[in-house]
Amino acid sequence: MTGSPPHLLPSGRSALLVECDDLPAVLALHDALVRTAPEGLVELVPAARTLLVALDPDVLPLESAANWVRRVAREVGADAAGRAFDAAGTDAGPDGDEVVLAVDYRGDDLHALAATLDVSAEHLVARHTSARWRVAFIGFAPGFGYLVAEDWPFDVPRLDVARTRVPAGAVGLAGAFSGAYPRESPGGWQLIGRTEAILWDATADRPALLVPGRRVRFEPDAPR
Amino acid sequence: MTRLRVDATAGAVLVQDLGRPGFAHLGVATSGALDRGALALANRLVGNPDGAAGFEVVLGGLAFTPDADLWFAVTGAFGPVLAGGRRVGAYRAVRARAGEPVEIGTAERGLRYLVAVRGGVDEPAVLGSRSRDTLSGLGPEPVVAGRVLAVGAEPAASVPLLDDDAAYPPPAGPVALGLLPGPRADWVTDAALASLHESRWRVSASADRVGARLEGPSLERRITRELVSEPTVAGAIQVTGAGVPTVLLADRPVTGGYPVVAIVDPASLDRLAQVRPGQEVRFRHA
Repeated sequence: MTGSPPHLLPSGRSALLVECDDLPAVLALHDALVRTAPEGLVELVPAARTLLVALDPDVLPLESAANWVRRVAREVGADAAGRAFDAAGTDAGPDGDEVVLAVDYRGDDLHALAATLDVSAEHLVARHTSARWRVAFIGFAPGFGYLVAEDWPFDVPRLDVARTRVPAGAVGLAGAFSGAYPRESPGGWQLIGRTEAILWDATADRPALLVPGRRVRFEPDAPR
Repeated sequence: MTRLRVDATAGAVLVQDLGRPGFAHLGVATSGALDRGALALANRLVGNPDGAAGFEVVLGGLAFTPDADLWFAVTGAFGPVLAGGRRVGAYRAVRARAGEPVEIGTAERGLRYLVAVRGGVDEPAVLGSRSRDTLSGLGPEPVVAGRVLAVGAEPAASVPLLDDDAAYPPPAGPVALGLLPGPRADWVTDAALASLHESRWRVSASADRVGARLEGPSLERRITRELVSEPTVAGAIQVTGAGVPTVLLADRPVTGGYPVVAIVDPASLDRLAQVRPGQEVRFRHA
């Protein structure tokens, strides 16, 4: 926690919505909750400022869950007082193992975007591959991870007009986030490259490659 | 293995079970039958486990023919159901004869029939569920005429003997739904929150499995800035900038950028699933 304790907001009979100060606070709380998950927890759903704690009220009453969240948040807050939180996740949770995505950096928007950001395309790619990304949350579509990195300096505008068709594997940028399209869809992110990695497979035991908390590194894939 | 051939459809016919909870953090909603109680009842009537996959039929028009004798039950909406051309009782287990059609006519009450067949509809499961998620396109393809669908193995339980109807038709008049507090109740004015509870609402004709827009007075926002997207639950009532409330349902996006000012009690969501477009809805504190 960077600042105040989180707000616990009502969200029906089997969930609590926890509001944090900012995304790093959500990530820190998410990691700590994953590590101490009690019986009856159904899932934790992180977003940019909030985190949904979904539970089975027959096993884990709402009030018990609220107490658990408050206690863990206090511990995280005390922990954060001693050191700045590392959004790259040096102490990432169970899903924190790193994934390396090979990217062919020949995206349609790479050069125009680099010019907008007043850097060379090579520099933009170098920053993208050196940044220590982690999956903050999933949004937009199944398996579409929103990746953040503390050492990523750019704020990227969305396209004025979204594409009606973005191919599966397209690697893009929007705001402070990077991400990759799990399957073909419309999309307004600026595309800098493409990966062959299978990002979503509904028939697999672990359907999403990029799950909240996981660390991600991009590396250039030699053009074929 | 018993199979059934789909002879005709009119409104949407989807395979549904009780959904796939626990995947919202991967971007996947729970989905599943909108009237969960009706699906569980239909399954119990034919001796299935509550969560066996059946058909969710909007307004009727489904006809199918089994290639072997097959127990089935129709719950939820109320309307004419025929087996081999003869009208059969509602909310009861019925044995369809091999080669004779089962026809589900236009609903007179309610909106969604739930149809269970003994053994369940045996379409491939995705993430542990045979539910069709209409937003993300997961699960069995929508059911269309000409499809031949497999029926699962007979369950261990026998078809229970019941000497009375197990349910009643959904109401034709106003429907009362319980409301729980939402996380962003303070994003609308006190007057708007009171209006939500006191007004008469009508379900929009555009309502689907993703959400049901409510037609009535505009709910004035107190906080008009944008909300960063946050996780949603089924039944969440979000209010747009223009003050229009929408109840998010089983196939909702797992995060949403409009403030959720109240939440329909899970115990009331089955009733909402049977409200027809234009029918009146009122809310009370749950």
